[in-house]
Amino acid sequence: MREISLHLLDLVQNSIEAGASTVEITVDEDEAGYFVFIVADNGRGMNKELVNSVRDPFVTTRLTRKVGLGLALLSMSTARCGGVLDIQSQEGKGTKVKAAFLQDHLDRPPLGDLAATLKVLLTANPALRLIVNYKSGGGEFLLDSMQLKEILGESLAFGHPEVYSWLSDYLKQEIGKVGKSGR
Amino acid sequence: MKTLEDLKALRERLKSDIKVRHAQETKIIVGMGTCGIAAGAREVMSAVLDELAVRRLNEVQVQQTGCIGMCEQEVLLDVVRPNEPRITYGRVKPSDVKRIIADHVVNGRIIEDMVVGKIEEQE
Repeated sequence: MREISLHLLDLVQNSIEAGASTVEITVDEDEAGYFVFIVADNGRGMNKELVNSVRDPFVTTRLTRKVGLGLALLSMSTARCGGVLDIQSQEGKGTKVKAAFLQDHLDRPPLGDLAATLKVLLTANPALRLIVNYKSGGGEFLLDSMQLKEILGESLAFGHPEVYSWLSDYLKQEIGKVGKSGR
Repeated sequence: MKTLEDLKALRERLKSDIKVRHAQETKIIVGMGTCGIAAGAREVMSAVLDELAVRRLNEVQVQQTGCIGMCEQEVLLDVVRPNEPRITYGRVKPSDVKRIIADHVVNGRIIEDMVVGKIEEQE
């Protein structure tokens, strides 16, 4: 994946497929020299055997094909960048995936377009509660989709043209404020 | 500068505009498995959302789905109009989105040369 934000999109899709109703994304661009992100969900979780084998590209729960590349790619990417991929899961409780990359490693993918990832997730998954905490040099950005939904009420969706325009601009602006320029 | 106050104001202004969503609306579904994402699904989905907003098409539901096993044809985009077969378009690029929305979503004309699948029964 060319961007951390695409890995995030990929991991949240895993969470959705695991039946999660809440997904929490944490990104910290500099946690003691590491670029760290966490995706934690309340989906159905995995048993120990699956947790231990899930980085293997030839292991997947999907029935439509025999390879699963999402976590395999992420595992390779973190290893190449002097980091780690930690997967914790409890059946019936949920899964927490934590990826760390050496912050200044040449091969570390850039954060990329986090605003695009979030607006796609929010608009296409209205029932999902998405909690985001993004930390970088410029400060911190917090978002809880439930707070936005409380403002909008039951019948106004993120996909409404005017709400979507507001959401696009708001995410871009707030994430831009926090993010460092460049990579 | 956009704030949460703007969103509240927007909600007040749109109160009269709100209508009950019915199941009978057109759906656009984008494949968001690892294969789809690697092939550019996020950009396709963004293009769909942008175009719907520009055209002010409030009656179209956008959804994401996982891998359906046609990874080599990603990005996959399905259009489901009420009471019509589900049409799957393959190798969709952001630049194809305007045409799909204008021809198929709005005017009901299937773009045959991009179709990779067709499912007759209703969801």
